[in-house]
Amino acid sequence: MLEETLVLFRNIRNPNYDKSLKGYLASGGHKALKQALGMKPDEIVQVVKDSGLRGRGGAGFPTGMKWSFMAKGTGKPSYLVCNADESEPGTCKDRELMLKDPQQFLEGMMIGCFAIGCNHGYIYVRGEYWPSIKSLNAAIDELYEAGILGDNVYGSGFKLDLTVHTGAGAYICGEESALLDSLEGKRGHPRVKPPFPAVSGFNGCPTTVNNVETLACLPYILTEGPEAFKAHGPENNAGTHLVSLSGHVNRPGVYEISMHASIREIIYDLGGGIRGGKALKGVIPGGSSSPVIRADEIDVNYSFDGLSKIGSMMGSSAMMVFDEDTDVVQLLHRITRFYNHESCGQCTPCREGTHWARQILRDFLSGNGSDRKLKRLHRVGQNMSGTTVCALGDAAAFPIMSFVSKFPEEFKNYFESTSPIAA
Amino acid sequence: MFSPDIQKQIDHVLSRYPIRRNALLPILHLAQKDNEGYLTQEVINEVAALCEVTPTHVEGVITFYTMFKLKKPGKYHVQVCTCVPCCLVGGTELLEHTEERLGIHAGYTTDDGVFSIEEMECIGACSYAPAVIVNEDYHEQVTPEKMDQLIEQLRTQA
Ligand SMILES: Cc1cc2nc3c(=O)[nH]c(=O)nc-3n(C[C@H](O)[C@H](O)[C@H](O)COP(=O)(O)O)c2cc1C
Ligand code: SF4
Ligand code: FES
Repeated sequence: MLEETLVLFRNIRNPNYDKSLKGYLASGGHKALKQALGMKPDEIVQVVKDSGLRGRGGAGFPTGMKWSFMAKGTGKPSYLVCNADESEPGTCKDRELMLKDPQQFLEGMMIGCFAIGCNHGYIYVRGEYWPSIKSLNAAIDELYEAGILGDNVYGSGFKLDLTVHTGAGAYICGEESALLDSLEGKRGHPRVKPPFPAVSGFNGCPTTVNNVETLACLPYILTEGPEAFKAHGPENNAGTHLVSLSGHVNRPGVYEISMHASIREIIYDLGGGIRGGKALKGVIPGGSSSPVIRADEIDVNYSFDGLSKIGSMMGSSAMMVFDEDTDVVQLLHRITRFYNHESCGQCTPCREGTHWARQILRDFLSGNGSDRKLKRLHRVGQNMSGTTVCALGDAAAFPIMSFVSKFPEEFKNYFESTSPIAA
Repeated sequence: MFSPDIQKQIDHVLSRYPIRRNALLPILHLAQKDNEGYLTQEVINEVAALCEVTPTHVEGVITFYTMFKLKKPGKYHVQVCTCVPCCLVGGTELLEHTEERLGIHAGYTTDDGVFSIEEMECIGACSYAPAVIVNEDYHEQVTPEKMDQLIEQLRTQA
């Protein structure tokens, strides 16, 4: 029976936990921060490299390595910007950390700022997350009142300010370069890379963008050591991670698991199985952009490598489960509608492709599907892959290609001659 | 002219960024809050001056982000999520129920100005679906019955 592995949630799962600064300090908080302030920034970067921590925002990029790309000696300030835009459909893990244990995340943020030499860190929170914004602002106020944030963090001479920035409703602002444009006070359009943010980011200064959960791992890594963190997962998949479980399970929720766990265990042990005792049809394993998998593919590790082995990806660890009664053509139509709505419109394959795909799927749903249209749908998906400024083009294409290849019979049900409406 | 409390918050926000333009999104949120939930040309001009950008720049920004409104919303802006996880567990039906109940489609405001409805893409509460936001508050695992109760409660407060 799979159980949670509590690292990031160790306070959150304690019913008596007091999330104020006082409560956090009483739980052992700021031990890691004080330790970090006594180290050289490069030493911290090395510890994070040794821990094998990979970004939890979607791409799984090694965090320590990302930090080491920061341009040095430019004469410009360096920035750490936290990505709390959390808008990949299915994902609701960062908000748990911001709402229920904001000080732990902020300690991670402060450690990250010190490691990359940032004196003013920004937390970009999606605009709809008012409760998280209030929670973070209250926690930051406490840190200023206690004299921890400001000109001299714990007497180390390190100056640090933190500011919560509110987004305003645009999925694309989760993409890091669009996020930086948005933070600068512009429309959130992804930038052509290179230059990467580590060279030219916020206001043209060297910048690292990290996800909330990524930064929240830092206190544990520092106090318990890189080996302890690594032990929570197979080789190259270090640490626990937060899975946002949703859809047709009995117990949806956000769970913290080691990367040794399998998809089956997550659905049946933690999620309590499928609602109404129904059979599982499929799983979208890592946010709506990850390729869908069928019910017979769930005996793999829910880890970066486990999922890539079966042609999918862990993305933002958002697992959406659907049962035997689900109409997958409708489901794909809904996903495609999302990407069509959120395309920023800069690139033709993404702007037009998401529109065409949505149109074709609507044809299917109104009983006008055909083999020719199915092939066209596949081709539209292909044309979006790898041809765009940012990865939203791919994110829209993955579901299209994978749904068509994993559930071909369901699309055939919507072919003209056999469709329920035409009949 | 902003109300004194909002002006104070705007000044604070401006002090947190290296360039005034950087504060545009947070200031637009405050300005909108100060003006019954929407932005007029007058407010846009004022924010543009504050952030040292052109009004056209501000308009471009406003139209890019869904949370900035050019039309006055209801006193209670009911935002129903119908994105993938919510849709799997009844989000679409919940939206239809809400529309029927209030007698308006998503995108509209009731004649008395009390309610408006908006259909939302994922609002980040997927494990607690179907999810709804009213103004700044989240409501989770909302059934049609819960929605009815909520509407009644808000109506009596209005
Ligand atoms: C279309 C798109 C949307 C994204 N949305 C998010 C998001 O909501 N939150 C997030 O942390 N990362 C998101 N990312 C990934 C970021 O670009 C970036 O890789 C990440 O924030 C880096 O943090 P990490 O290294 O800690 O994972 C998105 C990427 C793309 C292409
Ligand atoms: S891929 Fe889509 S979202 Fe990304 S930059 Fe191009 S048009 Fe914009
Ligand atoms: S899909 Fe509705 S909150 Fe995520």
